[in-house]
Amino acid sequence: MDRTIAPAVTEVVEKRRETRHIWTLRLRFRDESLHRAYRFQPGQFNMVYGFGLGEVPISIVSDPADDELLDHTIRAVGAVTDGLCRLPKGAAVGLRGPFGSWWPMDEARGKDVVIVTGGLGCAPVVSAINYIMTRRDAYGAVKIFHGVKTPKDLLYRERFRAWQRTPNTEVYLTVDHPDRRWKYRVGVVTNLFEQVRIDPDRSLVMMCGPEVMMRYAARGLLAQGVAEERIYLSLERNMKCAVGFCGHCQYGPMFICKDGPVLRYDRLRPWFDIREL
Amino acid sequence: MRVIDRSALDRLLEALRRQGYQLIGPTLRDGAILFDEIRTTADLPEGWTEEQEGGTYRLKRRPDRALFGYAVGPHSWKKYLHPPVRRLWQAQRRDGALEFIPEPESAVRYAFIAARACDLQAIAVQDRVFLEGRVVDPSYQARREGAFVIAVNCGQAGGTCFCVSMGTGPKAARGFDLALTEVVDGGRHEFIVEVGSERGERLLRESPGRAAAEEDRAAAARIVEETARHMGRTMEAAGIKELLYRNYDHPRWDNVAARCLTCGNCTMVCPTCFCTTVDEVTDLTGEHAERWQKWDSCFTMDFSYIHGPGSVRSSTKARYRQWMTHKLATWWDQFSYSGCVGCGRCITWCPVAIDITEEVRAIRDSEKSGG
Repeated sequence: MDRTIAPAVTEVVEKRRETRHIWTLRLRFRDESLHRAYRFQPGQFNMVYGFGLGEVPISIVSDPADDELLDHTIRAVGAVTDGLCRLPKGAAVGLRGPFGSWWPMDEARGKDVVIVTGGLGCAPVVSAINYIMTRRDAYGAVKIFHGVKTPKDLLYRERFRAWQRTPNTEVYLTVDHPDRRWKYRVGVVTNLFEQVRIDPDRSLVMMCGPEVMMRYAARGLLAQGVAEERIYLSLERNMKCAVGFCGHCQYGPMFICKDGPVLRYDRLRPWFDIREL
Repeated sequence: MRVIDRSALDRLLEALRRQGYQLIGPTLRDGAILFDEIRTTADLPEGWTEEQEGGTYRLKRRPDRALFGYAVGPHSWKKYLHPPVRRLWQAQRRDGALEFIPEPESAVRYAFIAARACDLQAIAVQDRVFLEGRVVDPSYQARREGAFVIAVNCGQAGGTCFCVSMGTGPKAARGFDLALTEVVDGGRHEFIVEVGSERGERLLRESPGRAAAEEDRAAAARIVEETARHMGRTMEAAGIKELLYRNYDHPRWDNVAARCLTCGNCTMVCPTCFCTTVDEVTDLTGEHAERWQKWDSCFTMDFSYIHGPGSVRSSTKARYRQWMTHKLATWWDQFSYSGCVGCGRCITWCPVAIDITEEVRAIRDSEKSGG
């Protein structure tokens, strides 16, 4: 059956609670041939359908080489995501995909990788970080910058700690408004670029988070001499079809579902500063 | 080219019906000329025309018995090729198993009667969206490939027409099986027929009329030339993409936003607007669900809603700018075509008479005057 319009049937084979409102669902196609044929790249997404609830675009966070496949980290923020997070193990879930562009993991080989994220946990870059951690020797230094508003917005503390313990990997956490127990940095992510050395000629940047943050972060990195061609961003827009038919995800001349979600900065630049585009 | 009379045209329609086509053409309904199923030329709005202006549409009597003596109404062929509401699939849950049942493709074969040049271009534009990208919409494909098209070269321009500016009409250049030019002159009432496909040629053999003489060809040419000279609107289309790309911050967007009601009428009547949303439907058993697709409009708040920031385009200004810039600029980058075909529907059916040609002119003129 054509998976671009009607979903295929998958099953929740594992369910892991990340935080109070965030769950990771591991999905497996019930049809073994679909399972074997499924290929994706870090940064791509699936349209995940909860029976009778609806469908949402969810980034794939598992490793493309992992035979178990298809982990989706979902934050319960609306009727569909909330319903998906409540599904028990064994429940059937519809799935279409994979869709969209992916992180330049091949191009990044042998280079330093700068990850910039913000807001309430950003699944698209988690896929890239996981990919690198599984192939740690293939990549140079990894610097992860993560900014949130307040300490309580910091999710995945454990995960950041684990990454920090990986060789040649640095994690920089910052908040806009610290509390008394906060022991990391204070201020917007961009401030960190002035304190941490980024080698513009060796680094590739992957960014995902609130657009305001990315706007400033991109400017900051450009000011450090990082070329536009070395900065990649993952964008989010409303999506219904994921194949360029429904029109919802238009971003200037681009469709985020098929031209994105991962876009190189030089392509985004003419549009990136236009408000309410 | 051949020349046929009205009874011969009826025989062609009859032949199409015999071949299994469902005939769709202009009819008089609810005070407007709307597309609906027709059987014979008696179902057409004989002797009627209309007055069209910004925010104005009014039927009027013609002094003659022309069958096609009007411009386009609020309907376009997208109603049939890209229906306003359709089911995409059904899902059935049984003992923990889940099955998705795809919707069978439409078996109906439409014959579009009296498609205008602008609307043929609009079909070509939607073909680009649904058939010529990486992914093909099988439902659109089934409807489109089955369709037979009898075009009509416009014998008069509507008050909001600007196909000449957009290079799409008033003469149908391609995308038809047969194209008619209606000649109503004194006692004469005939149709000069141009063949656009082998299928069209075969149909015309059912009722071939007479061969067109040199003067018939000249008469047909005069009619479209005359129509072309009387366009209700004009739009300077050269360099329009660059013009709008330069002017995302133009004060005119605030000006038009003060008038726009964000009702979405323009997107509904536009023959190229293709955006859709989906409804998830369940029944009382809780074991059956369906997904329905329906036309959507970029003028709604929901259209661009994402969790967190909310609607990306929350202001009227941003929504109007999205619509117009998509039509005239970003469409070129997305599909190598203009999204506007110059049919004028968005002007006529805008309740506050916002005029896309006027909005473009205002931005262009401000550049000329250095403002």
